Amino acid sequence: MSRLVASGVSVAVDDGRLILADASIEVRAGEVHALVGPNGAGKSTLFGVLAGDLTPASGTVTLDGAPLRGIHPRELARRRAVLLQSNTVSFPFTVEQVVRMGRAPWARTPAEDQDDAAVRDAMAETDVAGFAARTFPSLSGGERARVALARVLAQATPVLMLDEPTAALDLKHQEDVLRIVRARALAGAAVAIVLHDLNVTLAYADRVTLLSRGRVVAAGAPGEVLTAARIEEVYGQPVDVFPHPGTGVPVVVPRR
Amino acid sequence: MSEEVVVPTPARHRGSRFAVATIVLALALIAVCVISLGLGQYALSPSEVVGILLRAIGVDTDLAPAAPTADGVILDIRLPRIVLGLLVGAALAVSGVLMQAIFGNPLADAAVVGVSSGAALGAAASLTFGLTVFGLWTTPGAAFLGGLTAVIAVYLISRAGGRTEVVTLLLTGIAINAIAGAGLAFLTFLGTTSTREQIVFWQLGSLNGALWQNIALVAPLTAVGILAGMLVAGRLDLFALGERTARHLGVRVELLRIVVIITVAVLVCAAVAFAGIIGFVGLIVPHLMRMIIGPAHLPLLIASALGGALLLAVADLVARTAVPLADLPIGMLTALVGGPFFLWLLVRTRRRSGGWA
Repeated sequence: MSRLVASGVSVAVDDGRLILADASIEVRAGEVHALVGPNGAGKSTLFGVLAGDLTPASGTVTLDGAPLRGIHPRELARRRAVLLQSNTVSFPFTVEQVVRMGRAPWARTPAEDQDDAAVRDAMAETDVAGFAARTFPSLSGGERARVALARVLAQATPVLMLDEPTAALDLKHQEDVLRIVRARALAGAAVAIVLHDLNVTLAYADRVTLLSRGRVVAAGAPGEVLTAARIEEVYGQPVDVFPHPGTGVPVVVPRR
Repeated sequence: MSEEVVVPTPARHRGSRFAVATIVLALALIAVCVISLGLGQYALSPSEVVGILLRAIGVDTDLAPAAPTADGVILDIRLPRIVLGLLVGAALAVSGVLMQAIFGNPLADAAVVGVSSGAALGAAASLTFGLTVFGLWTTPGAAFLGGLTAVIAVYLISRAGGRTEVVTLLLTGIAINAIAGAGLAFLTFLGTTSTREQIVFWQLGSLNGALWQNIALVAPLTAVGILAGMLVAGRLDLFALGERTARHLGVRVELLRIVVIITVAVLVCAAVAFAGIIGFVGLIVPHLMRMIIGPAHLPLLIASALGGALLLAVADLVARTAVPLADLPIGMLTALVGGPFFLWLLVRTRRRSGGWA
């Protein structure tokens, strides 16, 4: 079932140049949908359009069939959660307070009863419960990223949007985060995720949209989209792609 | 219930700190007010003060002194002055909390960023030109317009990408203060001897000569401002995550911003209209309260209102009694404490963020 759909979306900057041209994407329930591409390909722009932060010059964005623009912000926040790349907190809120902010859209609804459980579970899942009482500004970059993810998980929405959630993380926490994301998709969530690492994409994504210079170059199953020839064409870097001897998942290695 | 022990519950812990802080602040406030009412050229003991206050609300005790002049001194001179001080202190502290929230910056304060000057300029203009279009409300109304203009200007100029850098905020404040200062200087030049005195009095900040009719204007404005602040407090917490994320959590950011800016202008005009520019209250009080009870805005706002009232009650007591037969300008006193505090905050902010970010 398609949940978040953008079709024929274009975004122009002030001088009229298109930074996203005629892009379409369909994020389905139960799937991890990765947005990949080189720097400046338009991943963040497409992400911003899907999140409702940017109004496209042309094209439509719908959530569960209804135009994104027409959905009340509070209602929208109950249906989709967004994790941005940079997460700062202006005042010394504690980790627990920050995670609890994810529950704000559910205030004064029956779901409010699950606030405590949702906060506790999200903190346990992201391995941040150990420093729940510390203040956000006192955390390291990796810890902050996990707390921000916990906030998004606590929001308990059927659609998740994550902009490079693993960028600041070490190997173990990166894999932890991707496992959480996978589990959410298996539980029925629609996940749109911006990723840089092609191997991560091949291992965890169900579907990939590859962008280059503001256009969608290819979309489909990761193994079909991320071929050696296409990666070289889009990234300008020759690579070898071969199946992992244990799992059979394709592995991308730059030719050095 | 065993989970209660295992899982840390800082929110609840801070909740109890809030309760304790509120009670301590309220008790201190009452104590300072009673002492302050008794001190001065015509000295009365705290019990006599309580007796007079009780008699004024219709409770007869044998505590009150027989002399009728005592009633006049307390009820017509000292009490309105103290009440005005409490209102002004609460209004300034809450305006500080609100500005810091929308600027995402703990250094925002009505006087520092020039909102107080803007309001003072408006008020001074209404006096110098003898405006009376709104009757008694003319001066507060003009102060509101001046303050609103200033806060909108600071907001538009100093923000970029949902946050305000310290340097930009402070430089904008300098510019706004300079412009308002030029306006005030021009009005001083234009005005008569009596309006000149008024303008100088504003720039110093003073509670001297407070009347009950002033309070009838300031009290509702302060109440409305604090109430509006309390209504948006939950959304201000989300604002600390940045504008985009607040929006993703269902906050109508543009609407919230407008409500908060107007509320700040209402509070600052309430504070400035009859007491002039009293600086740093909105800086010191929210900061101390945040250190004690944490940054969550609803408790912070309530504690800051009490703390601001207490700070001005103490400052006013000192202003009246520190030098015999002299009434020091209260704005001078808050600046005397607030200036060094501000410097300390600046140095600390710079050290923490490794630059002027």
